[in-house]
Amino acid sequence: MTSRALPDDAGAASPVIADVETRPLFDWLFGVAVVAMVAAYVRAVFFTPVEALQGAAQKIYYVHVPAALSAYLALGIVALMSIVYLWLRDERADRLAESSGEVALVFLTAVLTTGPLWGKPIWGTWWTWDARLTLTLFLWFLTAGYLVLRGAVDDAGMRARYSAVIGILAALLIPFIHLSVYLFNTLHPKPILLKPDKPSMPNEMVVTFFGFFIACALLCVALIRARYRYGVARDALRAMDLAEEGE
Amino acid sequence: MRPSLLVTAWVIARKDLAIEFRTRTAFLAVLVFAVLGIATFYFAWDATAVAAIDLAPGVLWVIFTFSGLLSLQRSFGVELADRAMDALLLAPIDREAIFLGKALANLLFVAGILVVTVPSVALLYNLPLGRTLPILFAIALIAAIGLVAVGTLFSAMAANTRLAELLLPMLSLPFFVPIVYGAAQTTSMLLAGRPLGEAWPFMKILIAFDLVFLTACTLTFPYILEE
Repeated sequence: MTSRALPDDAGAASPVIADVETRPLFDWLFGVAVVAMVAAYVRAVFFTPVEALQGAAQKIYYVHVPAALSAYLALGIVALMSIVYLWLRDERADRLAESSGEVALVFLTAVLTTGPLWGKPIWGTWWTWDARLTLTLFLWFLTAGYLVLRGAVDDAGMRARYSAVIGILAALLIPFIHLSVYLFNTLHPKPILLKPDKPSMPNEMVVTFFGFFIACALLCVALIRARYRYGVARDALRAMDLAEEGE
Repeated sequence: MRPSLLVTAWVIARKDLAIEFRTRTAFLAVLVFAVLGIATFYFAWDATAVAAIDLAPGVLWVIFTFSGLLSLQRSFGVELADRAMDALLLAPIDREAIFLGKALANLLFVAGILVVTVPSVALLYNLPLGRTLPILFAIALIAAIGLVAVGTLFSAMAANTRLAELLLPMLSLPFFVPIVYGAAQTTSMLLAGRPLGEAWPFMKILIAFDLVFLTACTLTFPYILEE
């Protein structure tokens, strides 16, 4: 069925385990991402002008939007890998989907906490059922459900198939939720939805934004990579345990 | 010669309905739950602040969705006893037929619930249904098809997991949002005596949802049953 990362004679000599044991504790990509993140924060807080109308609250924008884009990136990987898994039955696709799903939840949580923090002073409310807000909230629910499902199935092949099916169906659902809220709002317009148009930002702000965007994307990729490596080691260890039990 | 997909599906649906008809436990339990839910909403309602006509569509569709979940739970739950699922899988029939049969049985089950809940809401909340009743049932049926398609697939999935009772609602409810939304909006327009044409955008969502998810769930179902 699924291809195993380990050869049949997996034991103490497993190359995967050996690789994990010799791997340096420091993950260079993660290190670079953290440094980039810190630099982006320092620039946004100290070296970017305060916006004239919104004041300091506008600075949340630099975290909020890149975090949302990173979440979309991770969710895109989940949907894509779900299709790839059902097609090729490669367990690496499943592991990548799993890793991306967890990282997506982290970034979605960041989006859903920074959003209301900005909304309260600017919109005057923590939450409104705007199309984009609602969609993000439901992406969070779907991602959480996806991860709970993964945790509730013991058999690896079954878990991979179930979560791939959910990944595909969730991707199909997103247009419907978006359409629902969109219709709702055109029929019942709410003045509070006036989202400030992105002003033609001064150059300093644009640079800060792109700096944050790159830092966030780096962090996203680094986290997925670290989580994927953990998955490889965990599965190798499990296969070793099973081999020992079989003996 | 193998019997056609729909014939096989009907055989499976009849089997499920026969089990239900002979035991009658689940259907009655879900009916009582639905009416109880409708009655409970009454106590959370300030009649002087919100008119019954504004509250009722929400009550109807939320309760319908929750009772639907209860009945879907049982759909594959019954196959766990004595490993009946294995026998079903051994039968020389398409997996798609199993899905369609199960979904059909669930649809009839859920339609049975609707036949009781719609008049109950009308009665308890004193709604002027009258001539709109047949249209309301037609919309309810369209909504039920989408609900049952997604719910049957997730029921098959959840039955094989730990946390089955918790997982089915957690996975299904986000998928029921477009259904609850479309059905409740259409219902409130009907109750307000607005022309049916105004509700058309919402009905389009319901119909599109049915088509997309009935197809997608039928196609992905065989992956759930692989051994």
